[in-house]
Amino acid sequence: MSRYAAPGSDGAVMDYQSRYDHWIGGAYVAPAQGGYFENPTPVTGASFTEIARGTADDVERALDAAHAAAPAWGRTPAADRAAVLNRIAQRMEDHLEELAVAETWENGKPVREALAADIPLAIDHFRYFAGALRAQEGSLSEIDEDTVAYHFHEPLGVVAQIIPWNFPILMAAWKLAPALAAGNAVVLKPAEQTPASIHFWMSLVADLLPPGVVNIVNGFGVEAGKPLAASPRVAKVAFTGETTTGRLIMQYASENLRPVTLELGGKSPNIFFEDVSSADDDFLDKALEGFTMFALNQGEVCTCPSRALIQHGHFRDFLDAGIARTEKIVQGHPLDTGTMVGAQASNDQLEKILSYLDIGRKEGARVLTGGARAELGGELEGGYYVQPTVLEGDNKMRVFQEEIFGPVVAVTGFSDFEDAMRTANDTLYGLGAGVWTRDGGTAYRAGRAIQAGRVWTNCYHAYPAHAAFGGYKQSGIGRENHRMMLDHYQQTKNLLVSYSPKKLGFF
Amino acid sequence: MASGERTREVAPRQTGEGPAPDGPERVAVTGEAADVIRRLTEQHGPLMFHQSGGCCDGSSPMCYERGELRTGDSDVLLGGLAVEGVAEPVPFWMSAGQYAYWSHTHLTVDVVPGRGSGFSLEAPEGVRFLIRSRLLE
Repeated sequence: MSRYAAPGSDGAVMDYQSRYDHWIGGAYVAPAQGGYFENPTPVTGASFTEIARGTADDVERALDAAHAAAPAWGRTPAADRAAVLNRIAQRMEDHLEELAVAETWENGKPVREALAADIPLAIDHFRYFAGALRAQEGSLSEIDEDTVAYHFHEPLGVVAQIIPWNFPILMAAWKLAPALAAGNAVVLKPAEQTPASIHFWMSLVADLLPPGVVNIVNGFGVEAGKPLAASPRVAKVAFTGETTTGRLIMQYASENLRPVTLELGGKSPNIFFEDVSSADDDFLDKALEGFTMFALNQGEVCTCPSRALIQHGHFRDFLDAGIARTEKIVQGHPLDTGTMVGAQASNDQLEKILSYLDIGRKEGARVLTGGARAELGGELEGGYYVQPTVLEGDNKMRVFQEEIFGPVVAVTGFSDFEDAMRTANDTLYGLGAGVWTRDGGTAYRAGRAIQAGRVWTNCYHAYPAHAAFGGYKQSGIGRENHRMMLDHYQQTKNLLVSYSPKKLGFF
Repeated sequence: MASGERTREVAPRQTGEGPAPDGPERVAVTGEAADVIRRLTEQHGPLMFHQSGGCCDGSSPMCYERGELRTGDSDVLLGGLAVEGVAEPVPFWMSAGQYAYWSHTHLTVDVVPGRGSGFSLEAPEGVRFLIRSRLLE
């Protein structure tokens, strides 16, 4: 195990600036009202940079820059736009360690995840949409011998993107790559909890993008996010977050008749049929890893498998093995390459998780392991750490119904297939789910019966760019990833053309 | 649009799945949270809460200028938070679907040091509203 030096210290692979303004029109612009806010690292709780506190004036300036840049970017040949995306990907790959350390320092996640997942996935996302764009074609419909309907893809223009804090760079890549490929200019607002790493990313790629094509306005939701989401000057709003803000964004967008895509989280069931334990082999080992995936990224994943449904026939054995696997998790300094679980992203996130452990106990859930704040001492004393926690209870309990967004799994049993599907679907949400079985028929029927946008089948927490991601029910509207995302950032232009010289004869 | 123009009637009412107006108290507020509500009221005028669900900043109460979020028949009013120095109780809303899973618990609005919160008004103050829960008697 080795440890990356903290940004800015001796031997560090990267450093943050002491201050970030707004990135508008290819240059840094000070906030109109002059305000800044401190950005702490969840690793230690200490502030490491200050961030411009954006307001409506700053949003307007960013929209001016985006509108100035959008027409030329939209007319740029697909091959050239794809080349820009590929160059961004290459630049990121050349600086993978720096990006990973930057994200870890800001978000608290273990650097091994940033190195192995977040940043490589973000890189691949740019490459995927570079390729998808090159392969995209319009269509034509032959209405009759002399009449043809042509369908062209046209960019929307200027789009607003509001990024969450759990994967600050990867979630930005999910939104930026398809929007840029499709020919749009972007005004992006990072989460106020994690506003700095996207600026470090921009410092690496700024020379590759025409000025104004990507603009970053920092700030709080109410001061910067709202004027962006409510602006009649954006053609679309894309948001990842939670339900009440999602409703508010739809409400603002409705005032301007603008489309939205929303990803609002879930309470994903991870279902373990009893045949999983019929042999002590690689597959059982893989399924136990799948159970333990609730702790990935400290549970701060919209698709966190935070409900484990285990069939009665192997309930106790499988659960005991799952607890043992959970207790092997190495929690520690996020910049240690051996650390598996790092810090929660913010103090309020820590407090919210602890409040759920409290109501879980009050409702009668049994704490099988963990169940408290992790006191790691030393320089981590002021950081935000929670022990990986396994609760056993009933699906009606609030810890089974609400996204805790911490390393907490709520476990319950089921008798048969119908019971499993009933419990799995007894939730307001439908973003992700996991199904584990050795029986292909059971896997297929479960996958089709679960009301969720993605059902991982004998796997979990894989996020390839070529698979559609998004929610049923209250988990949101629209999809991310996959070539279909280009459609979410494009208009369809139909030219309906007559090649006949003959009049219709009506007049 | 001025916030006042969006203000809607928030008198307690009974929707399909909502709590009875004469039922037990369902929502309360700590002294620290009341201080923040008082301060925000001075800055923004009358306030409202809506309990959020889902990821990131979800599962937390959102505080807006009253009427900023349009509530409707899909929402239930859990009660009004009485805060000394604030003229009217601050209405606390939740979607009816969420209430179906929450109705057995009493909620207390608290506040902790924090950073972000969707579009909630307290975030720039460096604090975050938070729900503490207990089982209803």
